[in-house]
Amino acid sequence: MSKIQFRKKKISIPSKYLLLIISGLLIGLMLLTFFTDIIAKPLRSIASFTVVPFEQGLDSIGRAYVAKRDELINIRNVMEENESLKSQLDQLRLENNQLVEDKYELSELRQLYELDERLADYDKIGARVIGKDPGNWFSTFLINKGNSDGIEINMNVISGSGLVGIVTQTGENWATVRSIIDDDSNVSGMVLSTSDTLMVSGDLQLMEDGEIRFSQLFDDQNIAAEGDEIVTSNISDKFLPGLTIGYISKCETDSNNLTKSGTIMPAVDFRHLNLVLVIKDLK
Amino acid sequence: MKRGIINFLLAFFSFVFQCTVCKAIALGGVGPDLPLILTVSIGFMRGRKEGMLIGLLCGLFRDILYGNGLLGLYALIFVYIGYFAGIFNKLFFAKDLKFPVFLIGLSDLSYGFILYVLTFLLRRRLDFTYYLLHIILPETVYTSILGIAVYGLLMKLEKKLENDRDKAIKIQESEES
Repeated sequence: MSKIQFRKKKISIPSKYLLLIISGLLIGLMLLTFFTDIIAKPLRSIASFTVVPFEQGLDSIGRAYVAKRDELINIRNVMEENESLKSQLDQLRLENNQLVEDKYELSELRQLYELDERLADYDKIGARVIGKDPGNWFSTFLINKGNSDGIEINMNVISGSGLVGIVTQTGENWATVRSIIDDDSNVSGMVLSTSDTLMVSGDLQLMEDGEIRFSQLFDDQNIAAEGDEIVTSNISDKFLPGLTIGYISKCETDSNNLTKSGTIMPAVDFRHLNLVLVIKDLK
Repeated sequence: MKRGIINFLLAFFSFVFQCTVCKAIALGGVGPDLPLILTVSIGFMRGRKEGMLIGLLCGLFRDILYGNGLLGLYALIFVYIGYFAGIFNKLFFAKDLKFPVFLIGLSDLSYGFILYVLTFLLRRRLDFTYYLLHIILPETVYTSILGIAVYGLLMKLEKKLENDRDKAIKIQESEES
């Protein structure tokens, strides 16, 4: 009897101290990851064979469920055809986009802006969105391709119609993408028609309306107007030039009377994002 | 040991579900927080240590896959949530549902507030009332409602585990005698 009691005494650390110890360890961990990448890497590789396969499985279950539900309304064949046509459409839309942009440039802007539109030449890889940020504050998501498919940090992610975001973390078979509507995201962009640069930043307050904010547009000739196309600028150090971000939906002159700011309607529908393309060329 | 494995699986699946199912049932971009419900429930039912442990697991999962560059931030918050819930373990009473749900709501509210201060206020996002009304409060309400169901399920699991343990002890005693 006394033995058992002795053992019990030995094991128990008061939870107060345990809390302190864990807190200390975690703060140490935070500091460590802030300065180096030693611990984060092995942990991420653990994630690639634990959490990610399950998320992939659940994602496929979710998709299977959706497919079953739709089956009641549509015939399966029609759906499959629709699916393949959709992916084709996405591809075609992308190509069409490029063609239109290319034509636009070839005819007028090429010499003026030296914007070498090479989107079609980029090496792209398709990926499926398998999970989203667990909290309600940020808009990052998980895709099912990673290091083993050649994905690296800072690669640009696009969808059929425009820029989606940038790869921020990678694992063996997964990568996290920070979308451009994330509150922490900043993209250097420019107005396609005038080549005036501006700063595009995500904003949680505008997320509900599906918009993002832009600022620091220096436009002394007052040309920028609603509906103007915004693309990534060539002075950005992480984003490839000429990717469509969206279209100006509101434009106001700042109180300093020099710069303009307003909102942009992104070209991508972030609520229904399932398939994305990762550009494997780094800037 | 058995309980440890069950706790690990609970934390693991709550995280997987959080990133997939809970995002699918989100209303207006705001979804409930399943790992938080789990942390508070376990902390409340089993005490401070287990609350901390499960909070640590839930937070670390989140940090590794979705952290904002600082590994350990979510884990730290979740450990404190688990500890906080564990303090009220003295008031644990199997049939009472109101208090744990209140505790879940309160934890989610403070969790939202802490996250706002650490990840938004520090980046000069000053419009607190907006975030309170559009993110924190809806999340609290949603999480509390889901918490009723999840706490009930966890309670059942807890009862079953207790019964199994009692049985095992009885068998052991009878064998010894």
